[in-house]
Amino acid sequence: MFRSSILICGGTGCTSNHSQEIREEFIKELKEKNLENDVAVIGTGCFGLCAVGPVIIVYPEGAFYSGVTTADVKEIVEEHLIKGRLVERLLYVDKHANSHVKALSDTNFYKKQTRVALKNCGVIDPENIDEYIGCDGYQALIKVLTEMKPQEVIDVIKASGLRGRGGAGFPTGMKWQFAANQVNDTKYVCCNADEGDPGAFMDRSVLEGDPHAVLEAMAIAGYAIGSHQGYIYVRAEYPIAVQRLNVALKQAKEYGLLGKNILGTGFDFDLEIKLGSGAFVCGEETALMTSVEGHRGEPRPRPPFPAVKGLFGKPTILNNVETYANICQIILKGADWFSSMGTEKSKGTKVFALGGKITNTGLVEIPMGTTLRQVIEDIGGGVPNGKKFKAAQTGGPSGGCIPAVNFDVPIDYDNLISIGSMMGSGGMIVMDEDNCMVDIAKFFLEFTVDESCGKCTPCRIGTRRLLEYLDKITTGKATMQDLDDMEQLCYYIKANALCGLGQTAPNPVLSTLRYFRDEYEAHIKEHRCPAHVCKGLIQYKIDPEKCKGCSACSRKCPVGAITGEIKSPFTIDPMKCVKCGQCMATCKFGAIVKE
Amino acid sequence: MSKIKLTTVTFKGTAEQEKQLRAMLNEEKSGAHPSVMAALQKAQAIYSYLPIEVQTIIAEEMGVSLEEVFGVATFYSQFTLNPKGEYAFAVCLGTACYVKGSGEVFDKLCSTLGLGDGETSADGKYSVSATRCVGCCGLAPVMTVNGDVYGKLTAKDVPDIVAKYKQA
Ligand SMILES: Cc1cc2nc3c(=O)[nH]c(=O)nc-3n(C[C@H](O)[C@H](O)[C@H](O)COP(=O)(O)O)c2cc1C
Ligand code: FES
Repeated sequence: MFRSSILICGGTGCTSNHSQEIREEFIKELKEKNLENDVAVIGTGCFGLCAVGPVIIVYPEGAFYSGVTTADVKEIVEEHLIKGRLVERLLYVDKHANSHVKALSDTNFYKKQTRVALKNCGVIDPENIDEYIGCDGYQALIKVLTEMKPQEVIDVIKASGLRGRGGAGFPTGMKWQFAANQVNDTKYVCCNADEGDPGAFMDRSVLEGDPHAVLEAMAIAGYAIGSHQGYIYVRAEYPIAVQRLNVALKQAKEYGLLGKNILGTGFDFDLEIKLGSGAFVCGEETALMTSVEGHRGEPRPRPPFPAVKGLFGKPTILNNVETYANICQIILKGADWFSSMGTEKSKGTKVFALGGKITNTGLVEIPMGTTLRQVIEDIGGGVPNGKKFKAAQTGGPSGGCIPAVNFDVPIDYDNLISIGSMMGSGGMIVMDEDNCMVDIAKFFLEFTVDESCGKCTPCRIGTRRLLEYLDKITTGKATMQDLDDMEQLCYYIKANALCGLGQTAPNPVLSTLRYFRDEYEAHIKEHRCPAHVCKGLIQYKIDPEKCKGCSACSRKCPVGAITGEIKSPFTIDPMKCVKCGQCMATCKFGAIVKE
Repeated sequence: MSKIKLTTVTFKGTAEQEKQLRAMLNEEKSGAHPSVMAALQKAQAIYSYLPIEVQTIIAEEMGVSLEEVFGVATFYSQFTLNPKGEYAFAVCLGTACYVKGSGEVFDKLCSTLGLGDGETSADGKYSVSATRCVGCCGLAPVMTVNGDVYGKLTAKDVPDIVAKYKQA
């Protein structure tokens, strides 16, 4: 028996911060002190607080250490594990309490969350099936195979009110019912782990932290709809997730929990992993299936819907990773338990990847109906550096920006749509006063132009025209007529594009227009970028009061735009200036300002 | 889709690589659902890029046209028709990184190395690309060099990181 265990986050954020080396250092150090049989070292999935990584937790005390480096390992072993004294200086500092907090569960960040999909993330070793089984793993599959009829499984999922977590929020039970109703010997169960929203990493964390939960749920789905083969489509950019999935698949097959004749019940279900290759449109369901088939991932018109004619022309269901991560617990704890959380039409919880200008970047899981204020201020710790919150972006390139006036709207599928954004897969990027909303709209349009597959004209050409309007606006060359025309074009693209990518591509423009029209107008009428972001509209100037005439900026300037006499104020020639900002970065006296 | 950049580097594939490629293709063909995309992924793992010579072999072996293979190879951003540099620099331009200024980091990287997006230096040592979210948004803005991650960057940090690899 181990008397203590050290949990080290092996999520992508912490791994990039060398958590693997820290783990090896612990193993080495413990060996030297002859403690290798007393203290277990366990690599886990993401704890959620990526901002302060690498993070570790030492049990039984539950001490939560953040920002750990290999140099700290010796001290933790000697002080904490040998002498039993916490290493104060490494304990996480809670901004709210303004003091060191001992346990992760005591932090504000954690207290306001409800963990369902992330239940095992950061708790178990994802590469060890026994730990998953120790946390009720595969119990739901056993229950389903031995006690329930396929239709009963579908009825439970329907009653739970679970809706798809991949973006659109389609009721999962209903989707399964459509596929179950098809009479066909071959059907497929697919998992969408393409996570294309740039700035979102919920699905990745589930796959890295609790891969078996997804495998188990897919087998349950297979049983429910009458399918014996599943595919998981994972982004190629997620090597750790792919590796953990492969390990999990192998273990599940060895244990007879996947494959032929599962647990002697006569039910066969096998799974295969398919890698994406970096195309956002492949997150769209029909494009994903074309891609699994090995072709250019172009979407197909619907109907026929995948439940009727999907992968390889067979009835197919596709669900998101997080959707699957809820299934096993619904089976075990019941539909009532699940539907007791959330709002009237959106049940359960939702995982968000908090990023951008926020103190606690990381992963959070909240009950539906939590307000934006609670997420950003209480859990996220607010906007850092004393800056003012401007907007939160959800739904990625298909979503919109939510301004501060909507801070108290309860987050659920329908509310987010009514305020011009959408749930999306769960990216939530916070922006402060230094972000220009026109620039953000342009950023997303560049993304969609790049990712448009080119199959339909409204999307291929329409998004390009939209981007040209935005270019004109951000360089001060647009007229108010252009603004009206641009808005018209947005509605045209929405109404006519073939797939969800094109239909939602104008959303970032429409939502910023809705809430930040004044910023657009400032660019057009006054040739001014209020946030000082758009290069074409800003000017660098030297404040003669502050300039000491040291010439550092003029030596740095790549185009020789800055001139002056030593010891008297220098000046910038706006005609020559290329706005690279190097002078501002160089000046030690803060004399250079952007206007 | 972004512009297609064709390589000017001459193909230097070895007989050993071709043997691996053909063995892999034989296996792919014998599966239940042969896939051009999967073949390209595995071919890129062998050659580290997808020269037209390799695409031609894939087309012949899989019994599809070269156009079809080229169409798939140019559809997905992970496929590269250009050999990557010995040191592959990539800046994340995902949303979380972008709002924290990764655009400036990227510009600085390009000007420091004198290369644009998707370009490789003439000596084959360095290449630059802009990537989508690499899933380390907590560390934004993020740059990777051959898989090593540098987080919480500003444009000022770039020259030092580049210098590190120039010495190496
Ligand atoms: C352009 C586009 C990109 C999408 N990207 C994703 C994605 O990355 N992950 C995902 O789960 N769903 C994505 N979706 C939604 C899927 O099409 C589909 O609705 C979802 O995977 C269904 O699963 P769910 O019902 O469990 O949400 C995308 C949709 C569109 C139109
Ligand atoms: S947006 Fe850059 S790592 Fe996610």
